[in-house]
Amino acid sequence: MSATAPSRRVRLTPLTVRDYLILLLAVLVVVLPLGYMFLASFKGPGDLATTDLVVFPEVWKPENYSEAAQKVSFGRLFLNSSIVTVVGAGLKVLLAILTAYGLVFCEFPGKKYVFWGVLATMMVPPQVTALPNFVFISSLGGENTYWGLILPGLGTGFGTFLLRQSFMQLPYEVIEAAHLDGAGHWRRLWHCVVPMSLPSIATVALVAVVYEWNDYLWPLIIITDPEMMTLPRGLTLLQNSESAASSFGVLMAGTVMVLLPILAVFAILQRHIVNGFTQGGVKG
Amino acid sequence: MTAVTAKRPRQALSGRRVREWLTFLAFVLPNVALIAVFIYRPLFQNIYYSTLNWTLGSKFATPVGLGNYRDFFASGEASKVLTTTAIFTVATVGLTLVLGLGVALALNRRLPGAGFAQATVFAPYILSGYGVGLAWLYIFDPNIGALSAVLRDVGLNSPEWINSPPWTLTMVIIVYVWKNLGYAAVVYLAGLQAVPGELLEAADLDGAGPVRRFFTVTLPLLSPTTFFLMVTTILSSLQAFDLLIAMDKLGRGARTLIFDAYLTGFKEQSQAGYSAMLSTVLFAILVVLTLVQLIVVERRVHYR
Repeated sequence: MSATAPSRRVRLTPLTVRDYLILLLAVLVVVLPLGYMFLASFKGPGDLATTDLVVFPEVWKPENYSEAAQKVSFGRLFLNSSIVTVVGAGLKVLLAILTAYGLVFCEFPGKKYVFWGVLATMMVPPQVTALPNFVFISSLGGENTYWGLILPGLGTGFGTFLLRQSFMQLPYEVIEAAHLDGAGHWRRLWHCVVPMSLPSIATVALVAVVYEWNDYLWPLIIITDPEMMTLPRGLTLLQNSESAASSFGVLMAGTVMVLLPILAVFAILQRHIVNGFTQGGVKG
Repeated sequence: MTAVTAKRPRQALSGRRVREWLTFLAFVLPNVALIAVFIYRPLFQNIYYSTLNWTLGSKFATPVGLGNYRDFFASGEASKVLTTTAIFTVATVGLTLVLGLGVALALNRRLPGAGFAQATVFAPYILSGYGVGLAWLYIFDPNIGALSAVLRDVGLNSPEWINSPPWTLTMVIIVYVWKNLGYAAVVYLAGLQAVPGELLEAADLDGAGPVRRFFTVTLPLLSPTTFFLMVTTILSSLQAFDLLIAMDKLGRGARTLIFDAYLTGFKEQSQAGYSAMLSTVLFAILVVLTLVQLIVVERRVHYR
């Protein structure tokens, strides 16, 4: 109480205290399980196979990580996940930029219907298309390949929708001026539209990165070769091979490797990511 | 190009026009082609598959018309799966919205540290559902998990989270709400910030206490936000998969429609036709919900 600064914003009323408690509780509810999982990834069988509540490991066992990496080649999986995420998200953003540019700045009869056709895909969950896509991709020999993993998810309604909104708000005069200077569509796109829309493009890119990194169903179906698995897919393999309670440490080490990279990205760019996910829907 | 010009000589600018159209196509076609091949084509193919008696991987399939639908709805399975789906959806959506609004109200007072709290609460939303499921499975473990140790300390026995279907469903609901709460909180916060302060002050002057102000001013003004959140969270709850399979591998407690479609199609007996029927039913539900949303939003626009 004594530390109450003469600011008008914070007064320590009972309501302020109540709200602080709510926020504290909410933060703890998020942080404690994640922290507990992180600590568990350093626990050996002695700290795990016990009915007592062990928060900090008695014996720190970083070997869990190397053991997890032996059971499932996590280095390779990390590489696979990175390739799929970078290539998949990169192409998705590129497709979204091109489509949104065409929809906003080019003329075409029935352009509106093309837009609705693209937009309506947001209503189709990947689970509904999974079975026919599996039959199709595997008939082309795409099982256990990067292209089979990446290709079916590239078409994007969400990215197109978000970038179209953003492109429509650009100052028309600037683009018109470039046009009068003789810049064609291609130049106008890369020299005017894209530089002015970088924040929206970054938002779309981040949503796509998160989505590609976490994607589970499609890799589960299309990948059976352990060398070609992405990280979440590899966790399934690890879970199946580690059924004993004492080996939870190894499983948690694998889980940390899946969750931590995205948490790190989120820690740096959280505002953009929150914006991306709360603007118009859920899907990447 | 010349052919088009010849057909419509009326338009002198035809050449330039057609060039513009071709440019449009060049920009739009890659995405549209991918969408057509990997979203629309499989969507309709799935409906066709749903009329077949067909084992995944087999070269032979027998057309059975609506047989799969009949089998599903006539047997007890439909009521079981749809009940599980409904319980999961209603419980997750209800809890996410109520708790999300609670957190948003606390965040809205812009106390120092609220930004940090907001980011922290949102974080689980962007994590891998599969990873999150595994982490919580360890906490929920009835023998060695932290939760059972805490419950034992207060003199309670841990429920059989893993082996008793109703408890498994409860566990999955809790973790799903934990993961999605932050999304609702952030969206509600944006809604709260749009509530005009003068209205609340006027209600205050009229002698309305904070509780009354919330129920008579804030909550009604938030109804568009609530509606938006309700639709988006219903849609995502109906599509929840990673978390479910991580925590309930064999689908004994949390076998929702989408989970059932995966298990029957790719595991168990690999009944691809039956599985396609299930995902077609899911898609029909999604379409109806989206149409309801569009109609309600349309109405709201007109009334304004």
